Amino acid sequence: MEEHEKRFLAAKAKKVRQLTIDSIGRLGVGHVGGSMSIAEVLTLLYYRHMNVDPQDPRRRDRDQLVLSKGHAGPSLYAVLADKGYFPMDWLHTLNRGGTRLPSHCDRNLTPGVDMTTGSLGQGLSAAVGIALGNRLDNIESTVYCIIGDGESNEGQVWEAAQAASQYCLGNLIAFTDYNKMQIDGYMCDVMNIEDLTAKWVAFGWFALRVNGHDLEEMDRAIERAKAQKHRPSMIVLDTIKGKGIYFAEGKLASHNMPVAYADALEAIDRLEKEG
Amino acid sequence: MTTQPTPEMRAVYAQTLLDLAQQDERILLLEADLMRATGTRPFLEALPSRTYNVGVAEANLVGLAAGLSATGKIPFANTFACFAARRAYDQFFISANYARLNVKLVGTDPGVTAAYNGGTHMTFEDLGLMRNIPGLVVLEPCDPVSLAELIRQTAYHAGCTYMRLHRGVAPAIHASQGHLLLGKGVMLRDGEDLTLIAAGVVMVNEALAAADLLANDGHSAAVIDMHTIKPIDIELVLESATRTGALVTCENHQVINGLGSAVAEVLAERRPTLLRRVGVQDEFGEVGPLDYLKERFGLTAENIRQQALDLLQAKSGR
Ligand SMILES: Cc1ncc(C[n+]2csc(CCOP(=O)(O)OP(=O)(O)O)c2C)c(N)n1
Ligand SMILES: [Mg+2]
Repeated sequence: MEEHEKRFLAAKAKKVRQLTIDSIGRLGVGHVGGSMSIAEVLTLLYYRHMNVDPQDPRRRDRDQLVLSKGHAGPSLYAVLADKGYFPMDWLHTLNRGGTRLPSHCDRNLTPGVDMTTGSLGQGLSAAVGIALGNRLDNIESTVYCIIGDGESNEGQVWEAAQAASQYCLGNLIAFTDYNKMQIDGYMCDVMNIEDLTAKWVAFGWFALRVNGHDLEEMDRAIERAKAQKHRPSMIVLDTIKGKGIYFAEGKLASHNMPVAYADALEAIDRLEKEG
Repeated sequence: MTTQPTPEMRAVYAQTLLDLAQQDERILLLEADLMRATGTRPFLEALPSRTYNVGVAEANLVGLAAGLSATGKIPFANTFACFAARRAYDQFFISANYARLNVKLVGTDPGVTAAYNGGTHMTFEDLGLMRNIPGLVVLEPCDPVSLAELIRQTAYHAGCTYMRLHRGVAPAIHASQGHLLLGKGVMLRDGEDLTLIAAGVVMVNEALAAADLLANDGHSAAVIDMHTIKPIDIELVLESATRTGALVTCENHQVINGLGSAVAEVLAERRPTLLRRVGVQDEFGEVGPLDYLKERFGLTAENIRQQALDLLQAKSGR
């Protein structure tokens, strides 16, 4: 990755965090932790890898993203607004009555959202279905999916895993946001999922584990995944819940937390100063 | 006038369950990564070896509970109502109910109280799904007083139960617990012109407020807390039909197959009576603050009043 490209993407990731915490802060509560841990992967996908057109959000041959951990909607909305899918000021309506930006992703409300999610465990199956449908229609695009580590407790994730492998879906690339936390505690204390990478390999996937906040490392992983033509890929992202937000980073309580608007502004300021 | 303390319903739930469990070691707590929401951490802290948090895995939650009950345990399994009812329905149906075992399933944040969690989490159909399971007891307590008593009765009911649990604070409505019985509705307020039959924190409170509004309009409305939706209290429904000749049901749920349907079934077969059903009219939920959602779906005292006035007009025209 060129130096200027890296700087561009890093600046975008920062902006995604700032817009996200602003929208949550205006409301006063929200899923800060899981929104922040995926800022880099969303940035890489939407500003570098995905072939999408904000003017034509349903273009048939677009790349698609199923954000299966649908509670991280706010950070996806920040990306979509910045890309021009809808006006920036929609971000101020998060979760208000009549909004088009609900806490969990909704394909019928928000331009650019490809799948409705929020009931954990369902997104990967939908992504497998979209990938199958694209293959049937000879559409050469990639379907991306982001699941949570806590979400990976759900049996349906593994049902989807076996299907994607059975159907040799080289057009499917999934990520696990491995922030090591679910709501009630650390994964290792509540319901451990190690050895996660080995599990995906055992299910027949091409699987890698990388630093989920390192844009270059992730970029190389995505390139390697794209090169897999006959099997699905899982890129396990080592991440930090709440990353970049001083009052949330690394905290279990960051899952769904109250946020005073003054604190959100302070967080935006600190992100700015850190560069 | 004394001001009633208003504890969170989930705190009452956790404490009551813990009290019961400390006297009966068969009682166990099962969670699915929503303990922070269901509020049962005090139980975990007091009885860690009798608490199982299975992670984000509701089907497994209910299946495990069924197996535990096959060994004589009394498992209380908690998650949001949407996941309890929709996600683990087959496990609850087959492993727990059809197998004639003994699982106490609890669904929190019913209906519009899912609020900011939005449409995916907003269950307007759990009572309907559960009502269709043969022999299942289905309940929705409306205040801390009745909640505590009904949990006790639920624990010692022989067979599965499904309880809707309001998470937040709720004012005390019942003066005492002595008269509370699973399967028996409670007349909270007497009245002659019509009867409001409600269940749950949101709608019993709205029904009481509607009765006040109607009193200002010059109408006397009886209010019933129908905390047990199944088996429905047939005698009380028929008695109210005979006495007031007009009924309005009030539920934080679809009018299809919920409390209103249960009442309508009783009336249609035994004593056809004027009826209106206040509740969600065949719609999905959506995101927003609670007050917005109550307005949006007509779950308000004012809407109950309008329906009641409409009904009274029909009654006087008869
Ligand atoms: C089927 C289902 N069960 C429970 C929930 C409630 N819930 C929302 S987020 C969450 C924890 C998810 O943990 P994880 O996937 O690790 O999310 P992250 O750490 O990325 O926020 C739970 C239990 C849900 N949305 N769907
Ligand atoms: Mg996590």
